[in-house]
Amino acid sequence: MLDELYQEVILDHYRDPHGRGLREPFEAEAHHVNPTCGDEITLRVHMDGDRVADVSYDNVGCSISQASASVMYDLVHDKPLADAMSTLESFSELMTSRGGIEPDEDVLEDAVAFAGVSKFPARVKCALLSWMAFKDAAVRASGSQQIGEGR
Amino acid sequence: MTVTPASGRPADVPELDSAAIRADFPILSRRVNGRPLVYLDSGNTSQKPRQVIDAMAEFAATHNANIARAVHTLGTEATEAFEGARGKVAAFVNAPSVDEVVFTKNSTEAINLVSYAMLAASLGRGGDPRFALGPGDEVVITEMEHHSNIVPWQLLCERTGATLKWFGITDTGRLDLDATEELITERTKIVSFVHMSNILGTINPTARIVRRAREVGALVLLDASQSVPHLPVDVSALDVDFMAFTGHKMCGPTGIGVLWGRGELLSVMPPFLSGGSMIGTVTMEGSTYAAPPARFEAGTPPITEAVGLGVAVDYLSALDMRAVQWHEKELAGYALAALETVPGLTILGPRVPIGRGGTISFDMEGIHPHDVGQVLDSEGVQVRVGHHCAKPVCARFGVPAATRASFYVYTTTDEIDALVAGLEKTRKVFG
Repeated sequence: MLDELYQEVILDHYRDPHGRGLREPFEAEAHHVNPTCGDEITLRVHMDGDRVADVSYDNVGCSISQASASVMYDLVHDKPLADAMSTLESFSELMTSRGGIEPDEDVLEDAVAFAGVSKFPARVKCALLSWMAFKDAAVRASGSQQIGEGR
Repeated sequence: MTVTPASGRPADVPELDSAAIRADFPILSRRVNGRPLVYLDSGNTSQKPRQVIDAMAEFAATHNANIARAVHTLGTEATEAFEGARGKVAAFVNAPSVDEVVFTKNSTEAINLVSYAMLAASLGRGGDPRFALGPGDEVVITEMEHHSNIVPWQLLCERTGATLKWFGITDTGRLDLDATEELITERTKIVSFVHMSNILGTINPTARIVRRAREVGALVLLDASQSVPHLPVDVSALDVDFMAFTGHKMCGPTGIGVLWGRGELLSVMPPFLSGGSMIGTVTMEGSTYAAPPARFEAGTPPITEAVGLGVAVDYLSALDMRAVQWHEKELAGYALAALETVPGLTILGPRVPIGRGGTISFDMEGIHPHDVGQVLDSEGVQVRVGHHCAKPVCARFGVPAATRASFYVYTTTDEIDALVAGLEKTRKVFG
């Protein structure tokens, strides 16, 4: 059971996170906390047209929340926003499945390792923290950009 | 007095019979993730002995009725059981009068009862001037508090314009009492502080704070949520004005807590929750209020839970609270020494079993408490992880969260060994 949760790919991302650190430029920044455990993430999104040009972040938290942020970075940066949002939906669906669905590796890549996390209800929010921060910042970043373009 | 060489336990304090006690707690025989349950989360909520479980079932099965309003037999029996529990609780903390024991939902509600009564008094809605505060007045708490003894006072200060001040914590996890005379002044209306920290395990000396509060005429509330279950607590000797504690941390059920209040103060304190059972008389123009404790117990109270708490108090009294205190002091000494051997582990709070109870929080270098708790759970070891509703304490020690092991009457040194072995496994997974 424990091995299912702490898959090697999760521990690898935890030990060596991808894309970590806050970078410029960015159009929106989100700060999300998990009030039950104190995990935190500050995340910035930089849009270039409809492409997610960069996602940068600084976080504290458990292995699951940190590995999830790293995997998310790989999946959403340098991707069209629509694709990133669709990946986010697939990941959210996987996390709330209680182990009930077979993840699509073509869509979720390393994130399929989180299928085991969905069987631990207390840890699902750890895995979703960075994704929710991304959703929040991306919606605002794309909104502000559209307003900018409209002028 | 002769003393035992190992821990200093006085000869007239009996040693707890762990095996016999464990046999009273049905849950302790279950398995978790294929391992024997090692329950080290009693600071969060304690387990319940068969005696409490049975008494509550027996009450529901044979005596259940509402209290204080029926002339029928069941109503009389239920009322006697409920009031009997109040008497047991009063005796347990050496309250001068049984009418000074107010049943609440939990400690949080007990503290809110006082803070909201003070708000009512501050609005000019009845009550003694000692409860009223406004701009220029001060409330003093400490950095060591559970959120339930911080937020009610923040709200009261926001709403009345009073100022909130607090004691800091020293590097060794004690209250910085050198600030007592400076912090508690003629402007102070109430000092509310924790008897035993739910995260550091520190047992705070009360005398200096109480003496200073008396000098300046301030009220004193003691949050005894973690102390009443674990050591002999005598409200008369402590000389405080209010004391809050909760049933579920002391072998009793959830849903019932206690506010003890000095009778003279309760009698002039405005009500908090209002409605049935707390009135003298009601007309459409207005109402009068019952005497305490009824004034503060609006609505149908947790009757079955009170019965359970009464039996929990009997159970603890039979063990002898001095024996409970020494049992946990000895466990704390054993655990502190064992935990110090784990590489990368830092104990938050006192590192010696003096002036502290059997609640030990620690940080594992480079491993988040969630991950520590998850690996321990896989070994059947149940600990609390997170900020323990005491974020300012975590901030004080520079950690976002911590892992906490907390002991009780049924805890054994074998269980502490299981904790240490689980921590070694944790280091292997994340090493």
